[in-house]
Amino acid sequence: MTSVIDAAPARRAFRLTRLFQGLERVVVPALLIAGWEVFARSGVLPPALLPAPSAVLHALGDWVFGFDETTQTYSGHWLRDALASALRVFGGFALASLLGILAGVAIGWSRLFEKTLEPTLQMLRPIPPVSWIPLAIIWFGIADKPAIFLVFLGAFFPVLMNTIHGVKTVDHNLVRAGAMMGASQRQMLTDIVLPAALPSIFAGLRIAVGSAWMLTVTAEMVAVKSGLGYVLWDSYYFLRYDIVLAAMISIGLLGYLSDLGLKAIMARTLRWQQTTTVQGRAG
Amino acid sequence: MAAIELRNIVKVFSDKRRGRDLLTLDNINLDIEANDFVCLLGPSGCGKSTLLNIIAGFEQATSGRTLVDGKQVERPGSDRGVVFQQPTLMPWLTAIDNVAFHLKLKGVTKAERYDRAMEFIDLVGLRGFEHHHPSELSGGMNQRVGIARALLMNPSVILMDEPFAALDAQTKLEMQEELVAIWQKRRCTIVFVTHSVDEALVLGNKIVVMTKRPGRIREAVNFDMPRPRDITSPEFNDAKRRILSLIREESTRLAQAS
Ligand SMILES: Nc1ncnc2c1ncn2[C@@H]1O[C@H](COP(=O)(O)OP(=O)(O)O)[C@@H](O)[C@H]1O
Ligand SMILES: [Mg+2]
Repeated sequence: MTSVIDAAPARRAFRLTRLFQGLERVVVPALLIAGWEVFARSGVLPPALLPAPSAVLHALGDWVFGFDETTQTYSGHWLRDALASALRVFGGFALASLLGILAGVAIGWSRLFEKTLEPTLQMLRPIPPVSWIPLAIIWFGIADKPAIFLVFLGAFFPVLMNTIHGVKTVDHNLVRAGAMMGASQRQMLTDIVLPAALPSIFAGLRIAVGSAWMLTVTAEMVAVKSGLGYVLWDSYYFLRYDIVLAAMISIGLLGYLSDLGLKAIMARTLRWQQTTTVQGRAG
Repeated sequence: MAAIELRNIVKVFSDKRRGRDLLTLDNINLDIEANDFVCLLGPSGCGKSTLLNIIAGFEQATSGRTLVDGKQVERPGSDRGVVFQQPTLMPWLTAIDNVAFHLKLKGVTKAERYDRAMEFIDLVGLRGFEHHHPSELSGGMNQRVGIARALLMNPSVILMDEPFAALDAQTKLEMQEELVAIWQKRRCTIVFVTHSVDEALVLGNKIVVMTKRPGRIREAVNFDMPRPRDITSPEFNDAKRRILSLIREESTRLAQAS
């Protein structure tokens, strides 16, 4: 009985601390947004130059749902714009992942591929993907293709480098164990080296998906006439900074969700790793 | 015909950084009979692992011949099961999938794989843990998985490189007893590397004492003390004294030489 009586206030205190800990996180952003709102409404700067958070939210709402056409031609077209960007991200990212993993395993595993392929790739790697924009436009015109090409360039190298690293650092004894159990060369790659390199490959994929969003938006600002990046740049020309900010928020949100999705896939695939992490955290 | 025949094995490692060669194994000759439990005993750095790796096919001898069941060893293969010092399991596979990995590579169906693997899971006393990942099992349990994995291939020989060295004393004793029980039950040929005189005497019926640098075979001692072996008995201590004196002679010889 005493334990029950004693436990109740303790539990209440615990809940209160939990609540405060939750509040701690939102205090700074809430103050920032409130300050911004007050400052924007004070009239120090013209509202066109610094839209208030409420105006940005309004623009975003209309862009998504199209209730009062404050975003004019974009009103209600958010899904179309977001989808256009997301497809470019996905296209370039998928291509980069496939080729990055294939080339990475080949270079990491075979001296022949390392000697023949790696010097060329290492020379191309320091060239910033955005500097390919002129060539991308000349080669592919103004459409999805140059954007996907740029995304590919930005996403390929992180996947490649991390895959090479993952394959090269596979525990030598695991390979010996595989050979001892009679694995063929192909089985060695598919059943031992590739799964062993997966944690490293996923680290590369997560960097790559961030790059992919960055380059999609860049490409859309310059070489494509649709997508969130295009809306952002177009609104800038029409001095609609509320839409610019709404586009920035959308891009940030979708980038965050892509990473979250990838993290969920990683958690499922690398479940064998997690048990140790969980124990490590508990202990 | 012996199960393993080692003929004039020489292994030289080239130390590239210092630009000189290191003679690690010097003319090893050894016959290991089928169903023997042989312990390779020697101080660390004497080349025990190197010799075992040559039998396993992980490394090539600089010269000499290695025959297992009369066939020249050229590469690793499932006729030689290896138990490593660290368990060396696939961390992304559960215990049963690790044990059955050899069957998976051969394309055996999952139902049959699990059926066969379960027999060895039972043999090493891991029933109830078959669906755990290596990260969820203790060092001793993982080493049991490693032993089950080697046994499942039904190899001509099992090569073990200090498999219990990283375990605590109590677990080590348990594992030694179980290994002897498995060896008696299944009648397999085991080559067991150790640097511990006690471990060699608890396990082996033949103890091969190696010398340090370059690795040579000092003497192969037969030890047929009945099991279970009482490590406090006079018989055990006599044998221990004999082995220790072999090792001591060796170190005084080395001390005088230097
Ligand atoms: N891959 C290698 N390259 C160079 N030297 C090696 C290599 N492997 C082992 N050696 C050397 O060979 C000797 C024997 O090593 P090892 O067989 O591991 O001894 P043990 O298992 O008896 O402790 C050591 O002196 C070690 O430094
Ligand atoms: Mg060793």
